[in-house]
Amino acid sequence: MTVPRMRFTFWKAVFLVIMVAGIYCSFIRFFHGLGASTNLSDQFPWGIWIGFDVMCGVMLAAGGFTLTAAVEIFNIKRFHSIIRPTILTAFLGYVLVCAALMYDLGLPWNIWHPLIMRNPHSVMFEVAYCVMFYTTVLALEFSPIVLEHFNLQKPLRIVRSVMVVFVILGVLLSTLHQSSLGTLYLIMPNKLHPFWYSPLLPVFFFLSAISVGLAMTIFESSMSSKYFGREIELPIIRDLGRVLVVVLALYGILKFEDLLHRNVLHLVFVSSYEQRFFLLEIFLSVLIPLGMLLVPKILESAQGLYLAAVLCLLGFVTNRLNVAITGVENAVGGRYTPKWTEVVITAMFVALGFAIFGLAAKYLPIFPEEKARLPVATHHPEVQVSQLAVSAHAGD
Amino acid sequence: MSKGILYDATKCIGCKQCEQACAAENGLPYDDKVAAQEVTSAHKYTVVLAKEDKFMRRLCMNCDDPACASVCPVGAMKKTALGPVTYDKGKCMGCRYCMAACPFGVPKYEWDKAIPAVRKCIMCSKRVVEGKQTACGEICPTGATLFGDRDTLLEEAKKRIHDNPDTYLHHIFGENEVGGTSVMLLSSVPFNQFGYRADLTERALPMYTYQVLSRIPDFVPLFGTMLGGIYWITHRRQDVAESEAQENEPKGGAR
Repeated sequence: MTVPRMRFTFWKAVFLVIMVAGIYCSFIRFFHGLGASTNLSDQFPWGIWIGFDVMCGVMLAAGGFTLTAAVEIFNIKRFHSIIRPTILTAFLGYVLVCAALMYDLGLPWNIWHPLIMRNPHSVMFEVAYCVMFYTTVLALEFSPIVLEHFNLQKPLRIVRSVMVVFVILGVLLSTLHQSSLGTLYLIMPNKLHPFWYSPLLPVFFFLSAISVGLAMTIFESSMSSKYFGREIELPIIRDLGRVLVVVLALYGILKFEDLLHRNVLHLVFVSSYEQRFFLLEIFLSVLIPLGMLLVPKILESAQGLYLAAVLCLLGFVTNRLNVAITGVENAVGGRYTPKWTEVVITAMFVALGFAIFGLAAKYLPIFPEEKARLPVATHHPEVQVSQLAVSAHAGD
Repeated sequence: MSKGILYDATKCIGCKQCEQACAAENGLPYDDKVAAQEVTSAHKYTVVLAKEDKFMRRLCMNCDDPACASVCPVGAMKKTALGPVTYDKGKCMGCRYCMAACPFGVPKYEWDKAIPAVRKCIMCSKRVVEGKQTACGEICPTGATLFGDRDTLLEEAKKRIHDNPDTYLHHIFGENEVGGTSVMLLSSVPFNQFGYRADLTERALPMYTYQVLSRIPDFVPLFGTMLGGIYWITHRRQDVAESEAQENEPKGGAR
């Protein structure tokens, strides 16, 4: 038990350093402007705050709607025990995306403008509305966890009775804006490199969001088993791995067909700046994880699944960064690398994500069923609440 | 009647008076240092580029169906009936999608300000409304920059190419690019030598996103019904299974 305690202390120190640096960078950003705090320019109006914090943030939060759809709509009961961490991740993800957007917007205090100044022809307008509504839906989907913690039975019953509407709304809104983040780039046919510019961009963004949702759930389950001493639900994450194989295969085949029919497949074999990044993305996101998960031994092992999931996540993060940055570099004639302040702010949001997840998992009934069963949990004061939560949870 | 600008590079002498008039009209500083800058920026909306004895202007093309106005979530960019594409700082929230979407890389940002705005040529919208010419068109000593009705200017451009086929490239840049632009260019050398893209589509760019966006209102009820239907069927199956289990075992299942 001493080893994980040491690790926690180390990560706490890392967290503090990042937060202090983050506050300093926030000061630069809001008092000296985007020019002082970023390497953005007239050629590169969008950098990693859009490419990573927003685009990858939304993508990494896709586990929420993927698992909600599987459990609540398709009624796949065996995934029920892992749905809460995915909703927590999604809710956290979206709140952090909105916070990160406040850094990237030139005039963040005008963020509410789309509410009254509407341009329905704008993809950004649609994304803004979907993200706004979906964050609200996620708050409602998350609310039973908090209500259970404080044992508020009446509001809990009310929320539960209307939950199915929010579940359907949540899946619908996610489908729309996950794909719409790809649609954003459809207006740049002459700017985005043909590896990434495709009329199917919205479809690719949607399929990759589902892949990432699954991979992220595997990642979370593995991480929380490591840090909260929970037993890993191997049969469950193995099933997730199987679904991931199918979705990745679909994505890979569609990607191949798309490149083929747009007559750009040969570019994959011609050395270029974009080609290297494209190959990196395809190998990390699809080819290696797919190859790994097709080996029964790897699919049956927790470490194998974890590794495949992490590679898949890195691959699709590369994909989003390629669309947002690599793919437009040659068209605008220049290279963009983020300034240190941009990296620090991004690291701050990632660190906040991990920290808040850890706190929520500690104090709220995120893993109720598991915690109650484990003897390790008996010396925690919150175990009574957890057991209470189990009884409440059994009803839904 | 939609207004426009016709810039004939063969008549340009590179005096940069249009740059100076533009700066004065928009309240921007203009001195030798600014004159030497060869790119448009947040403080320089138009630039005259020179390559040996050839010249070319860069300015906002004021597209007929502008990408910037289409992508702006709050409608801060607008195509006016008279031609100019205007910008309303009061609406802008600074997402910079206009900059990412513009096929000509025209909108610029005030990166060094804590309260920044997008900056670009707005074809002297105020003057045009008053029935006046743009500042650049008014000042031009050689008639290289002409302001007038777009249709008339287009006829004039065609006539010039027809009358002097050896002088001009047989291409009016802006006649059809991205669905047509209010600003049109004539030149004797390829436009891409001065940074204009040669591979631009002739389709209006907003159609690329609109053909997806316009389907969303139809998609929502269909997909919503599908999700609700799947929920109904999968949970109905469960109810049936449970009631059957209860019939077989009168004492009841796990519940």
